[in-house]
Amino acid sequence: MLTMMMSIAHRITGAALYFAMLLLAWWLMATASGPNAYATVQWFMGSVIGRFVLFLCTWALLHHLLGGIRHLIWDLGYGFEPNEREWLARATLIGSIGLTLILWIVGYMVVGAS
Amino acid sequence: MVQLTLPKNSKITEGKVWPKPTGAKNVTEFRVYRWNPDDGKNPRIDTYYVDRDDCGPMVLDALIWIKSKVDSTLTFRRSCREGVCGSCSMNIDGTNTLACTKGMDEIKGTVRIYPLPHMPVIKDLVPDLTTFYAQHAAIQPYLQTVSPTPQTEWRQSEADRAKLDGLYECILCACCSTSCPSYWWNGDRYLGPAALLQAHRWLKDSRDEATGERLDFLEDPFRLYRCHTIMNCAKACPKGLNPAKAIAEIKQMMVERQV
Repeated sequence: MLTMMMSIAHRITGAALYFAMLLLAWWLMATASGPNAYATVQWFMGSVIGRFVLFLCTWALLHHLLGGIRHLIWDLGYGFEPNEREWLARATLIGSIGLTLILWIVGYMVVGAS
Repeated sequence: MVQLTLPKNSKITEGKVWPKPTGAKNVTEFRVYRWNPDDGKNPRIDTYYVDRDDCGPMVLDALIWIKSKVDSTLTFRRSCREGVCGSCSMNIDGTNTLACTKGMDEIKGTVRIYPLPHMPVIKDLVPDLTTFYAQHAAIQPYLQTVSPTPQTEWRQSEADRAKLDGLYECILCACCSTSCPSYWWNGDRYLGPAALLQAHRWLKDSRDEATGERLDFLEDPFRLYRCHTIMNCAKACPKGLNPAKAIAEIKQMMVERQV
């Protein structure tokens, strides 16, 4: 059950990252086009919704990254036994949520909640 | 074609509630999928009450009890009643398994039984496995050699024979393939875990001399590479085999022959 959910979660986060890339492209284009456009992007990213979207993007990226590592382990021929595959699935989920939280807490501590 | 809801004539309706056995103290409720191709009606869920004191311990025992004592029209496949023939595979309590090796005491409360998921239904719990068997035939599940046939049998060392453990035990019950979401989507082009485990059984056989041709046949975006390591197959297998691992090893063989 968990391995199946992690499989579909890997796909969903992968698809979501396409939209995250659009956000990144928007930000990069804004930096190139001038202070006004940049200010608009910064305002959106700083808003509650913007921060929430960025938080989800961080999680999607980390989840997909750890999922990719899990697939790499499988492609090398390891981690197929019942306890191993359950452990990998749980580690991916706990790892992605944990790393996202750590990243954001550290981010706020370093940059401050401006 | 993507289809997320059941067609109108496949929507499941509430069926008949069969009477409880009189005087029985230890009763278990069974909710069983029924569909008759001849009456033109939608599938329905019938409710049965099984007297556990009058019946064996396995789900198959209960189905046979229902068929002989309550409703003789209930249709299902069964033969060996000990997990070696693979006939009585069905979806019990949400999981694909063999009715003959699934104990009723492993299930809490009502026992819900459906045919194997995503297969055309012939009647009640009997799925149409024509494509599934054709996929098994397609991987050519027999010894293929080019060297001259020896005077006696083809010899195999004990170590080479041991490589077939965990592969030869497959009884083709289809529990794994019909639990696989990838097989649900692309069951016509993806071979599915059962056929691929069998393919691996012949790839691993030290006596077989058609390894290259076998790999050529499998080297296909759909036949082999629709496996996304979802692992439902390994979880479902009532024989405790690991098709996901077998498929991963085929993928490794594909890489190894290119380097």
